[in-house]
Amino acid sequence: MRYEAPERVETAVSLLSGERGLARILAGGTDLLVQLKSGMVEPDLIVDIKKIPEMRRIGAENGGFRIGAAVPSAELSEHPGIRALWPGVVEAAGLIGSTQIQGRATIVGNLCNASPAADSVPAMIVAGAIATVAGPQGRRELPVEAIAAGPGQTSLAKGELVISIFLPGRPPRSGDAYLRFIPRTEMDIAVVGVGVSLTLGEDGLCTAARVALGAVAVRALLVDEAADALIGTAVDEAALERLAAAASAACRPIDDKRGTKEFRIKVAGVLARRAAETALERARRN
Amino acid sequence: MAGHHVSTTINGDAFEFVCEPDETLLDVLRDRLSLTGSKEGCGTGDCGACSVILDGRLVCSCLVLGAEAEGRTIATIEGMADGDRLHPLQRKFLEHAALQCGICTPGILVAAKALLEKHPDPSETEIRYWLAGNLCRCTGYDKIVRAVLDAAAEIREGRDAA
Ligand SMILES: Cc1cc2nc3c(=O)[nH]c(=O)nc-3n(C[C@H](O)[C@H](O)[C@H](O)COP(=O)(O)OP(=O)(O)OC[C@H]3O[C@@H](n4cnc5c(N)ncnc54)[C@H](O)[C@@H]3O)c2cc1C
Ligand code: FES
Ligand code: FES
Repeated sequence: MRYEAPERVETAVSLLSGERGLARILAGGTDLLVQLKSGMVEPDLIVDIKKIPEMRRIGAENGGFRIGAAVPSAELSEHPGIRALWPGVVEAAGLIGSTQIQGRATIVGNLCNASPAADSVPAMIVAGAIATVAGPQGRRELPVEAIAAGPGQTSLAKGELVISIFLPGRPPRSGDAYLRFIPRTEMDIAVVGVGVSLTLGEDGLCTAARVALGAVAVRALLVDEAADALIGTAVDEAALERLAAAASAACRPIDDKRGTKEFRIKVAGVLARRAAETALERARRN
Repeated sequence: MAGHHVSTTINGDAFEFVCEPDETLLDVLRDRLSLTGSKEGCGTGDCGACSVILDGRLVCSCLVLGAEAEGRTIATIEGMADGDRLHPLQRKFLEHAALQCGICTPGILVAAKALLEKHPDPSETEIRYWLAGNLCRCTGYDKIVRAVLDAAAEIREGRDAA
């Protein structure tokens, strides 16, 4: 195994695309090092992206924020601008592991590890986050929901890597939230995760909404039917009831030691409703 | 396998070492530099026994490659006492009997120090959440939390007096 820590995106791309064997990108390493240790992956090349200045930055852009792929979650939690604009994304990223894990784990690593239970992913999906990808063909942009293909699989081609995530600006009276269910209060993998983002009109009716579910299918789901249950309503009891039903109906979960299918389906509805209530409260304050 | 030549700063001193590309920082500290205060409880980021501070951030050294230490600044448990003078956290851990077997202790001390540097006056809940990634099989945590609260108070008083 070789270890390289290039200082430029272009060098990282050429290292990755030139490698004949298996290459892996190293961001915070909180998934990758565990996989190395267990022998789950045996790469020939590791490309550490943390020495690339462009990937370490958080920058304001068009009313939103661009977050470099090597920025650890702890830095997001410390960023007042992102906390104010996308509190749901920050709370989701803040749930990843312990303080020690927070010091290293990135949202891009969370996304590209492609676990169906990755906490920050539903929150990024409802935020309409865009990933910028660099590769041998140059740069392209794609919505975060297009990155994970299935457990441990991404849609990225050989030589490609995510260099940043863009969280867009948003209209006034908008709010988002992320909630997960775990059997403990800290340090566990989501049994169900739900992200909700919504915007209210001046009359208090919901003009736009996005709802995404984690850990209930092979990858995080953007559920249009659940969003439709909110749009045009005052996010009242009846709308929340329909939201919960649509969220439950969208689940395609597995049974495992953390929860049965029936349990996951039920909890998805309950959490969707609670996340929508929090998002609503935040939208009313903005 | 090509060895990596790494120059780094640990507890204020310059260190140089050669390591394999797949060797963790924890292995380097313990096996190459004889800094055996950091412990390996799990090797997978779950227990916090290997906690160190890397460029000002609390991390698990079992989830850092040795090669990543190039040009960076690391603080380990070995740098916590000032010669024979224990850090207030270390003294309070002894006074409160906040350890039994001791394997979790270096990691918890390093983590608690990182907490107090950021939040000099943490609540009990903040301490418990901050230390959620540090497992202790012996104490039941309560004495650890009391010791951290007490050390925080003493450090604050010291600052007020100074
Ligand atoms: C103790 C512990 C607790 C955890 N708890 C949680 C939790 O509660 N919730 C949760 O969701 N996760 C959890 N995780 C998993 C992990 O911490 C997260 O998935 C984290 O966000 C991964 O980020 P990273 O930067 O460490 O990724 P890395 O390990 O560096 O990378 C992860 C994967 O993504 C790829 N990758 C990284 N960066 C890029 C890039 N820029 N472009 C393309 N591919 C890339 C890597 O090659 C690798 O395959 C936990 C892990 C541990 C060890
Ligand atoms: S040894 Fe590193 S967290 Fe357990
Ligand atoms: S004192 Fe034994 S594990 Fe904590």
